[in-house]
Amino acid sequence: MKAKVFVTLKKGIADPQGFAVRNALDSMGFFGVKEVRIGKLIELETRDGIEITAETVEEMCRSLFANTIMEDFSFQFQGEEK
Amino acid sequence: MKTAIIVFPGSNCDLDAFNAILQCGGEAEYVWHMERELEGFDAVILPGGFSYGDYLRCGAIARFSPIMEAVKKFADSGRPVLGICNGFQILTEAGLLPGTLLRNKNLKFICKGTFLKVESTCTPFTSMIEKGRILKIPVAHGDGNYFVDNSTLKDLEENNQIVFRYSSPNGDTSSLFNPNGSISNIAGVSNLRGNVLGMMPHPERVVNVLTGGTDGSFIFRSLFSMLEGVIASEAVNS
Repeated sequence: MKAKVFVTLKKGIADPQGFAVRNALDSMGFFGVKEVRIGKLIELETRDGIEITAETVEEMCRSLFANTIMEDFSFQFQGEEK
Repeated sequence: MKTAIIVFPGSNCDLDAFNAILQCGGEAEYVWHMERELEGFDAVILPGGFSYGDYLRCGAIARFSPIMEAVKKFADSGRPVLGICNGFQILTEAGLLPGTLLRNKNLKFICKGTFLKVESTCTPFTSMIEKGRILKIPVAHGDGNYFVDNSTLKDLEENNQIVFRYSSPNGDTSSLFNPNGSISNIAGVSNLRGNVLGMMPHPERVVNVLTGGTDGSFIFRSLFSMLEGVIASEAVNS
């Protein structure tokens, strides 16, 4: 069983990394991009025969993958969107 | 008066913290992060470094080290806990201090001397320093950009939890003297009770004139004189 977790900076928190990348796009001539925000993708694969629930992944996100003061998270199991 | 210096895999200011404690007249002992007890200690320091390689987020994995349960209990009992740099990051991740530390605004690792204005003397680490005094203490970090939401910032101000602000040598705390983008120039905060302090600058690096100054010793000497008072009053009461 596989899941993908996405962790992104909350709206309103400046992302200097994204800003630097946006500037790089500008300097390359890609002027159409207004904003770039950089996050993390975390891929999980469970041990053979083990299933995990959405509640479990949510708990992992809250306690470890994301710091909810500054980050939002979302996740999906392989093949479905949550 | 014995101070525990918690050592995580990747801590690298543990030795400096140990020496600073000795230099300022205290006793120190290293405590490996796999330990579960802090018995016999009067204070705890979480030193700087790169615990767990800063993987995921600074301090995010270290906060689950076995010793952290004991650190929480120690803090809950009202005894002094100081987190320096990565130690500060670990304390915020562990929920022992409010807020979090974002990437420096300019994306650079900043390693330089900074001036700090002492904004609160309601902590064991600043009780012997006069309010408003300027301390010269260096920073060395990539993620020191302190962030809290506006309502928490208001609470911090009202409850005297902002302990240090980055300033000019004369105490100007405008954004001109903000090295990393920290909200309201915050360099150090305490918990509500005042016994837990987190700060990005490194006081353990300035306790000797040979290595750039002695302003860091104000913090350790404050701690020791507070502890002496506690020990003396316990002796009277027993």
